[in-house]
Amino acid sequence: MATLFGSGIRRREDPRLITGAATYTDDVKLHGMLYAAVLRSTYAHARLKKVDARAAKKAPGVVAVYTGADIQDKVNPVPCAWNVPDCDLKTPPHPLLAVDRVRYAGDGIAMVVADSRAAARDGMDLIDVDYEPSDVVVDPEKATQKGAPQLHDEVPSNIAFTWKVAGGDTGKAFKEAEAKVSLRIRQNRLLPTAIEPRAAVASYNKATGALTLWATSQNPHIHRFLCSVMLNIPEHHIRVISPEVGGGFGSKIPVYADEALVSYASIDLGKPVKWTEDRSENYKATIHGRDHVEFVELCGKKDGTVTGLRTKVYAALGAYASTAGPGVPTILHGLMYSGAYTIPNIDGTVYGVYTNTTPVDAYRGAGRPEATYLLERLMDRYAAEIGMDPVEVRRKNLIPADAFPYTVATGITYDSGNYQAALDKALGMLDYKAFRKEQAAARKKGRYLGVGVTTYTEICGLGPSQVAGAVGFGGGLYDSAIVRVYPTGVVRVYIGGKPHGQGEETTFAQIVADEFGLPVENVEVVAGDTESTPQGWGTYGSRTTAVCGSAVKVAAQRVKEKAKKVAAHLLEANEDDLEWKDEKFVVRGSPDQAKTFGDVAVMANVAWNLPEGVEPGLEATAFFDPSNFVYPFGTHICTVEVDTETGVVDILRYIAVDDCGPQINPMIVEGQVHGGVIQGVGEAMQEVAVYDEDGQLLTGTMMDYAVPKASQMPELEVAHTTTPTDVNPLGVKGVGETGTIASVPTVVNAVCDALAPLGVTHIDKPLTPARVWQAIQEAKGGAS
Amino acid sequence: MKRSVSLNVNGSPRTVECEPRALLVHVLRDELDLTGTHIGCDTSQCGACTVLIDGKAVKSCTVLAVQAEGSAITTIEGLSEDGKLHPLQEAFWKNHGLQCGFCTPGMILTAFDLLGGNPNPTDAEIREGIEGNYCRCTGYQNIVAAIRDAAAAMR
Repeated sequence: MATLFGSGIRRREDPRLITGAATYTDDVKLHGMLYAAVLRSTYAHARLKKVDARAAKKAPGVVAVYTGADIQDKVNPVPCAWNVPDCDLKTPPHPLLAVDRVRYAGDGIAMVVADSRAAARDGMDLIDVDYEPSDVVVDPEKATQKGAPQLHDEVPSNIAFTWKVAGGDTGKAFKEAEAKVSLRIRQNRLLPTAIEPRAAVASYNKATGALTLWATSQNPHIHRFLCSVMLNIPEHHIRVISPEVGGGFGSKIPVYADEALVSYASIDLGKPVKWTEDRSENYKATIHGRDHVEFVELCGKKDGTVTGLRTKVYAALGAYASTAGPGVPTILHGLMYSGAYTIPNIDGTVYGVYTNTTPVDAYRGAGRPEATYLLERLMDRYAAEIGMDPVEVRRKNLIPADAFPYTVATGITYDSGNYQAALDKALGMLDYKAFRKEQAAARKKGRYLGVGVTTYTEICGLGPSQVAGAVGFGGGLYDSAIVRVYPTGVVRVYIGGKPHGQGEETTFAQIVADEFGLPVENVEVVAGDTESTPQGWGTYGSRTTAVCGSAVKVAAQRVKEKAKKVAAHLLEANEDDLEWKDEKFVVRGSPDQAKTFGDVAVMANVAWNLPEGVEPGLEATAFFDPSNFVYPFGTHICTVEVDTETGVVDILRYIAVDDCGPQINPMIVEGQVHGGVIQGVGEAMQEVAVYDEDGQLLTGTMMDYAVPKASQMPELEVAHTTTPTDVNPLGVKGVGETGTIASVPTVVNAVCDALAPLGVTHIDKPLTPARVWQAIQEAKGGAS
Repeated sequence: MKRSVSLNVNGSPRTVECEPRALLVHVLRDELDLTGTHIGCDTSQCGACTVLIDGKAVKSCTVLAVQAEGSAITTIEGLSEDGKLHPLQEAFWKNHGLQCGFCTPGMILTAFDLLGGNPNPTDAEIREGIEGNYCRCTGYQNIVAAIRDAAAAMR
C-alpha cells in the first residue's frame, strides 16, 4: 500500500456536506424546543433608564423575557481569558445582559424566549427601552485623547493596557541611521463573516443537573470551561457539542453571552432553547478583527541593511475585552515585528483601547497580518527611500538559512527556515526582471503596472503550554487524541481539536492509516463533542495539524507498540525479531510468519491469548505539548495594473510560495492557501467595517460589507518549498493563516509600486477605486 | 392565520401549513426538515439558501412560501438520483471545491442552473454565474475548477 502521507486524497468529510446530510447547530431540533431572540442596543453608548418587558411577556407565544436586572445576581459576566501580564491590563466586566449602561450598538439588553422564532422576534419588538445617550468614540487613537468619552469608569483614557516589546537599542539605531522612513497606517476593521452565523441550543436536565449545549464553536472544551464560569455549573455537568461548523476564521473562538443566556433559559424553563443570529445581528454581536491606528518607523544603512523598527500602535478592543482580545495585538502581533529579517533593534508600544464598538478579537491571522503588513509596507518605503530594489532590500535582511534556530530581537526563537529558497522560487515563477522591463515599457505608454513582493514568516502551531501560561493565556495549548481500535480492526480517533473546514478528518486518518497499514476508510476521526473527546484547546492559530495531529501520531505509535507485543506473542517470536513490512508484523527472515494489524486487533480485544502482563484492549491516549511554536514562511508576489482614470486595480498575477514543512495532503494545503490569500485580498482591496461618529455600524449587512465575490477575485498560482520543523514528530507547520498574513501587503505594495511614478507613497487599505483615485489626485495636487 | 401551501419537493407532493409571512427557506428547513438548505444572510446576498424552483436557481429567502404554491422544488437533498451523486456533487468532492460546506448546497444548485443555460462556460462566465453565492473558505478557485469539471462530465 502506498503511503498516504503526502497524498492528495479526497476528503472524508465531503459526502455529508455535498448532499445536505450534515448537521450544523441551527439544524438541531429537540422536542419541546423554544426559540430565543436577543434585544440589542441601538445606541453605541447610553445609560439604560428603563427596560420594560411587561408587554413582551404578554405577547402571543412568548414564554419568558430576561433582562439584565433579572439575571445579574445569578450569572457571571463574560470572561476575558487572555490576561496579558506586565501591561496593567484592565478588563471591566461585560455583563451577559446590560444592567445600567450599554457600550456598543449590539450590546445585549434582554432575551425573549417563545414557542417559535417569529414569536420571539415579535415579542422583542414590544420591549420598551428608554435610553439616555452618552457621547461616543469609535476611533482607537481618538479614544485615548484628552476629553474623549469614557467607556468604563475604572479605565482612564480608555487605555486597557500599555504593552511594550523591546530588543537592542532602538534609540541609538535611529540616531545613527543613514536613512529612515515612517508611515501612519490604518488597519481596517474587518467583519469575519463565517457564512454560517453563530447559533446555540441548550438542553438542561433538571434531574441530573446536566446541561448539553450545541454551539458554533472552534473550541468546545474552552466553551465548556468558560460556560461553567458564567453559569456556576460544575464543568463535568456541561457537555458541549460543536457539530458541523460553517467557518469560523476566529469569530467562533470567543465565548459569548448568547451561549450562556440560552443555557440559563433552558435551566430556568426546563425546556430546550435555541438561538440563531441573523447576519445583521452577526455583524453587530460577533467579534470584529484588526482596527489599529499605527505610527511606525524603520531605519538603516544606505546599503539596504535595516537596523531598527519602532512602532506605536492604538489597537481597538471594542467596548469590552473579548475572550482572547488582549493577546491578539500583543503576543500575536508585537513579538513578530522582526518578520523574516535580522532587525537587531526593535521597540514597540501597543495601547489596547476601549471604543464604543463591537469587541475585537482573533480574525484569521490575528495580529500577525497587522505585523507583517506594517513591516512589509515599511520595507518598500525604505527601498524607495534609498533607491534600491525592494527585493534586494529584503534579500539583504533575510535571516540566513544556516542561522536557525534563530532568536530575533523580540526574544522569540524561530524553529527552521530557508527564506531565500522560497524567494528565489517565487521570483522565478514571475520572472521578476522581465516584469520590471515590461513595467518600464508600459510606463512609457502611460500604463501603470506594479509588483509587490512579501517575504514573510509567522508564528503559529500554538504552542507550548508553559509559554501560554507565561503570556497570560487562560488555558493550555497542548492537544490530545484517543486512538481506539475495534475488534474488527477499524479505528476511531477522538481529537481535542475542532476542525471546521480544514480537513483533519481526512489528514488525521491518513496519519493513522499509514501507521497501521489500513485503508484510510477504516479510520474515522471524531471531533467536537466534549463527552467523547479528550481535553483539547481547539482549532485556531494554525495549530490543529501541528499540535493535535502530533498527538494523533503519538497515540497511534503507542497503539502500535502494544500491537507489536501481541503480534510477537501470537507468532511465538521475540519482539525484537519482528519488523513492520508490507503493512504486517513479520518475523525477520520468515516472511510467511506474519500478523496483520487486523489479526492483532481481534486478539487484543477478545483477550483470549495475550502475553503476560499485557492488558486487554487496544487503544491509547496522547497529550502532545510542542517544544516551540512553528514558523511557516514564504514569498508572495502580486502584479497589478492600475487604471489611473478610475482608480480600478486589476490583479494580473498572484503567486504564493509557502513552506509549511511536509504536507500530509497537498490538495488540502492548496485549498488553505487559496482561501487565506483571497481573504487577504478582500482585506487589501475591498473589506472595511465602517462606523459613523455615533457608533452606528454603516456596513451592518451583506449589502454594505464587501465580502469577496467569485467575479472579483483573481486566479492564484500556488507553489511550495519544504523545510521541516523539529518541534513536532510530523515535522509540519501550520498553513491556515499564511495566505491572509502574506497577501495583504503584497497587494498594497503592488499598487503603491504601480503609482510610485505619480508620487503616491502610501494608500490606506482597502484599495477601493475611490481611495486609489483620491490618492492619485492628491499626489498630482502635491506635485503641481 | 396559517395558510396551506402545496409544493412538489424533491419529487414528492408536500402540503404544509404556514404563516403567510413565512419564507420558503424557513418552511423547507423547519417544516419539511430539509436542513441542507442554509441561511447565511438576511439580505439575499450570500446564496446559501439557493434551491431550484421549477428548475431555476432561486434564493429561497427571497420567496414567501405561499408564492411557491404549486411549484416543483429541488433542494440539495434531492439532487442525487438512485444513491448516485450528481456530477456536480462528484466534481465538488474531487476538486476540493468545499471546506466548511455551508455555502456548498446553494453553490451546487446555482451551478446546476448555470450549466443548464450554458453547458460549456468559460472560467469568467462561471465566476460571473456564481457571484451571487458567497464562499469564505475556498477563495473560489476550486469551485470554479469543480464547475468546469462537472460541465465536461455533463456534456
